[in-house]
Amino acid sequence: MMQFMLLFSRQGKLRLQKWYFSYLDKQKKKICRELITQILSRKPKMCAFLEYKDLKVVYKRYASLYFCCAVEEGDNELLALEIIHRYVELLDKYFGSVCELDIIFNFEKAYFILDEFLLAGEIQETSKKQVLKAIAAQDLLQEEETPQGFFEDHGLG
Amino acid sequence: MLMDPMGGIVRTNDGNAILREITVKHPAAKSMIDIARTQDEETGDGTTLVIVLAGEIMSKAHVFLEQRIHPTIIIQAYLQALEDMVKLAETNKAREKAKKPTTNAVPHHKRGNKNNLQKVASKEDEEGGENADPKGAAPPPDAKTPAPSTALPLGRIKIEVIITTLFRQKVKWKATASIKMATAVETMIEKIDEVKSRLGRTLGTPMRLRDLIRQVRAARTMAEERAVVDRESANIRESFRDDESPWKCRNIAKLLYIHMLGYPAHFGQMECMKLVAQPRFTDKRIGYLGAMLLLDERSEVHLLVTNSLKNDLNSQTQFVTGLALCTLGSICSSEMCRDLANEIERLVKSSNAYIKKKAALCAFRIVRKVPELMEVFISCTRSLLGEKNHGVLMGATTLVTEMCERSPDVLNHFKKLVPSLVRILKNLLMSGYSPEHDVTGISDPFLQVKLLRLLRVLGKDDPKATEEMNDILAQVATNTETAKNVGNAILYETVLTIMEIRSESGLRVLAVNILGRFLLNPDKNIRYVALNTLLKTVAVDYQAVQRHRTTVVDCLKDPDISIRKRAMELCFALINKTNITHMTKEILIFLDTADPEFKSECASKMYVATERFSPSQEWHLDTMIKVLELAGNHVPDEVVSCMIQLVSSHPSIQHYAAVRLFRSIQAQDVTNAQPLLQVAFWSIGEFGDLLLQPSDDDSSRIEEGEVVSVFELVIPSTLTSLVTKCYGVTALAKLATRFSSTLPRVQALIGANQAHIHLELQQRSIEFNRVVDAGDLKFGLLERMPIIQQNSLNAAAAPIDESMMEVTTNSNDGGNLITTNADLLGGLSLDSNSMPGVQAAPSLNAGNDLFDLIGGGGIPSSSGPATIANGLDDLLGGALGGLSVSNPLSTANISPNPSTNADPFDFLGGGTTQKSAPPSNPGVMALNSNGIEAKLVVEKDFIGGQPAELLLSVVNNNSAKVENFVFQAAVTKAYQVELQAASGSDLGLNGAQPQITQRMRIKKVADGQTLRMRTRATFTLNGSSITIQGEVNSLPGLS
Repeated sequence: MMQFMLLFSRQGKLRLQKWYFSYLDKQKKKICRELITQILSRKPKMCAFLEYKDLKVVYKRYASLYFCCAVEEGDNELLALEIIHRYVELLDKYFGSVCELDIIFNFEKAYFILDEFLLAGEIQETSKKQVLKAIAAQDLLQEEETPQGFFEDHGLG
Repeated sequence: MLMDPMGGIVRTNDGNAILREITVKHPAAKSMIDIARTQDEETGDGTTLVIVLAGEIMSKAHVFLEQRIHPTIIIQAYLQALEDMVKLAETNKAREKAKKPTTNAVPHHKRGNKNNLQKVASKEDEEGGENADPKGAAPPPDAKTPAPSTALPLGRIKIEVIITTLFRQKVKWKATASIKMATAVETMIEKIDEVKSRLGRTLGTPMRLRDLIRQVRAARTMAEERAVVDRESANIRESFRDDESPWKCRNIAKLLYIHMLGYPAHFGQMECMKLVAQPRFTDKRIGYLGAMLLLDERSEVHLLVTNSLKNDLNSQTQFVTGLALCTLGSICSSEMCRDLANEIERLVKSSNAYIKKKAALCAFRIVRKVPELMEVFISCTRSLLGEKNHGVLMGATTLVTEMCERSPDVLNHFKKLVPSLVRILKNLLMSGYSPEHDVTGISDPFLQVKLLRLLRVLGKDDPKATEEMNDILAQVATNTETAKNVGNAILYETVLTIMEIRSESGLRVLAVNILGRFLLNPDKNIRYVALNTLLKTVAVDYQAVQRHRTTVVDCLKDPDISIRKRAMELCFALINKTNITHMTKEILIFLDTADPEFKSECASKMYVATERFSPSQEWHLDTMIKVLELAGNHVPDEVVSCMIQLVSSHPSIQHYAAVRLFRSIQAQDVTNAQPLLQVAFWSIGEFGDLLLQPSDDDSSRIEEGEVVSVFELVIPSTLTSLVTKCYGVTALAKLATRFSSTLPRVQALIGANQAHIHLELQQRSIEFNRVVDAGDLKFGLLERMPIIQQNSLNAAAAPIDESMMEVTTNSNDGGNLITTNADLLGGLSLDSNSMPGVQAAPSLNAGNDLFDLIGGGGIPSSSGPATIANGLDDLLGGALGGLSVSNPLSTANISPNPSTNADPFDFLGGGTTQKSAPPSNPGVMALNSNGIEAKLVVEKDFIGGQPAELLLSVVNNNSAKVENFVFQAAVTKAYQVELQAASGSDLGLNGAQPQITQRMRIKKVADGQTLRMRTRATFTLNGSSITIQGEVNSLPGLS
């Protein structure tokens, strides 16, 4: 089971955090801080895994964004890399060649996609098409009920 | 022409270059220079112009300042003017575009140089602003009527400046038509958007999410960002008061962004609860997202969400149910699990695959959180595995795996599933290309891995199930495409399964071979995984792994440090009698270039390995000398002591060792290899006479003079460590009885440190100086040491650096004991502080010494803070193992510490632990934290109506003194406690005196209740005051 997933930029700014296991806020901040510094200081020739407490942390860099997730002892770290990759593919499909700005400005969408892909730290859907279909349907639902004012849209803006 | 402070001359007419050279302090002046720099970077021209403009604009403010108009108003006017000017620039541009459609690169340029343009524009417009301000906030004249006649002369000039700049750039920038169109449209949309937003804000709607994000991103400093966030947080908080606000979801979304930035957002928790109760889907979606991010099972508020979840789980819309399931899977507190387990069970049976897959995973999460609830799901799970939908299959597999891992009964129940799982896996392998689940040519690797993992759980220790899955495992192992990471992920999982279920040996060899192939894979991740797995399997399939030895050795040269580390560990695991010479060669090559953090570990492990498998003692010695040379100062102390023991206990190699070590320290610069020096000094000192004898293989004889000059070179050097110097002085003292012709030189060296600042060294120097003069006495005193009993592998393996360190620092008090018999112990005892292993050397009183060390260390052996006690026990355990002393006294003395002895006693084997019986009245720990231990011993039980008497003894195990120690105790109502005066309030460091004892009396007031006690102590440690608390639930010896 995945314990948490973090997205952060090369400057160490957190872009997304998803916790599947209950930690205290203080712990969360500490984990983020430690992992971000540790991962950013790693050289590209190093492998994508590191041991953090009793967890295996798997990370991968896509352009300026690091995707990092922590899996448990018995989990398959190579597959964790695939999970990250699949998530990136989903983002890419949804946003159309995704970039960091897309995730910054539409972070809630990034969360929604993650929630359709993973649940309780496990993969819930292995078909990209299904995930995107579900997201599109929900977006439509949202759009239909949001009145478009003349001066102001009523959504999140 | 300018001259800089260094005398360099710059000749330029570039305004920016001039400004760059000028040193200015004033912040305003600095920002002026900044303007020039920006202009230079953006366009490469017009730097002087912007400075002149800015200066002019600033000077215009002077008039208003004299009129006592507040600066903020002037600034507002400037900003207003800027806005108008931008508009003006746009209209001008549009006009130009119309005029010259062929060369309209303007929009593009405008975009590319937005900052610059706005900067330039701002300079100009501010001018207009000033005019606007005194006229009573009327729009600036040049903005409204761009005709030159009505505009003020200066404003007019500025506009012309823009236009000329634009024209100039137009020539430079050649953009394609499409980009121009796109950017034009984009700019237009942006503009409309901006206007809309501004209008909206005036109508009272809250800031939009994207505007907030933009503002935060525009902040240049943390302080600015904080200001933006604080302002918006306050707005959000304010708007939460209004229950009817239609902007709730927008506010929560902004709050979530603020939360991600790391600012407090907990005040939004309640709002999330309200939001999820709304009927609107948008509200629910954001509300549940907020709930997942802001709530966790520790916050009380989360209980409120349960109700909403219950409602939404029954919703008609599948997506609402999906949201609720997702939230449940994320928060999942035990209360929630209990409340909602039945709902989930119902949803698992739903006909909708979308809900089914989510419900299955929720069930998985619930089972993990509250295993008792497993029963609810057992019946509905089996049918899930018959589904076609991969999502549902994934969920089901995960759920079954979890349940089987939790309960052996369930495991047996699901054993029947093996054939159907095998069938699913086979279908995945056999089925042709299915685009939906395909990952680089492999059909649904995620599901394959999940299935393999479940098979692993089911097949473990079950020959029948293993039999059933052997075929499919072989199939997966041979047929999976390995070009990509995905395939390797599956293979990796297959290998793990094969290894764990103890498949037939053919399959296991196949698995190890897959790992062998992984080691050759160019992908570093795969190599890492392979080494990790091999490390795990080396114990099971030693021979199979051994076959890949050369590949493993090659990994020592890997560029990735974590791979090298794993490879090193594996190399040591693979060393045996037959390959040790070869492996050692490789490891020595590795050691030469290894990172410092490896050297120490590698040196200890080398010692262990060579001790175990060396073909001969000489070879062992040679190899270890090489290790000492290569690893230098990173060699841990225990290796030094082990080396000394090795030499001491093998008379056959003593001569060889002395010569070899002497040659080694003579040949090279040894300041970076203190451990080598220490071993060499010891050997030279002890066997100085042997050293001078001619040897067979070494043709050149060693002269006394040569030896002494090495000492003369090393001992006075400031680069030599104190410990080494101590070794050296002792060696010299010994040499004084073994050498004859160089005696004055030796003596001079011994006496050289009589005034050394380090007490230990000074003392040695003085004492030995006297001893050397002491006539016949010295020959007895300085004769060769008795043979040190060979310390076995365990001792070398035991001292893992940290525990060793702790012993070292804590045995200072034990030093007293050692100095008293220093002469007897000779060189060894000298730095016993750093060599606890050796200190146990004199075989006669080995047991006592150890015992004394513990006693002297002031740590009552019955109890110690976990770390220190551990260290000591390690030492004791190691030494006991090595010396094979079965001293019942010392074992009994450590044993009453059940919390710490489990691990260190592993060395001794289980037997010893069981032998030790706890003493009759061990007392009980009233407090044990921060290095403070307070033990309560019952001295007198309740007799008749008499109160019981207890004795509290407090020990401080910190390496600093404790002051102002005050102990307090409270007991359950049926008793009364009375504390008597304590023996003191200060505690010595490391368990030394003074210690505190305090008596207390406990009176029984009512019968029937057992005595429970709360304890508390406050004290000052290192200047900070600390409070620790403890609880005593039973007092042995008290009725």
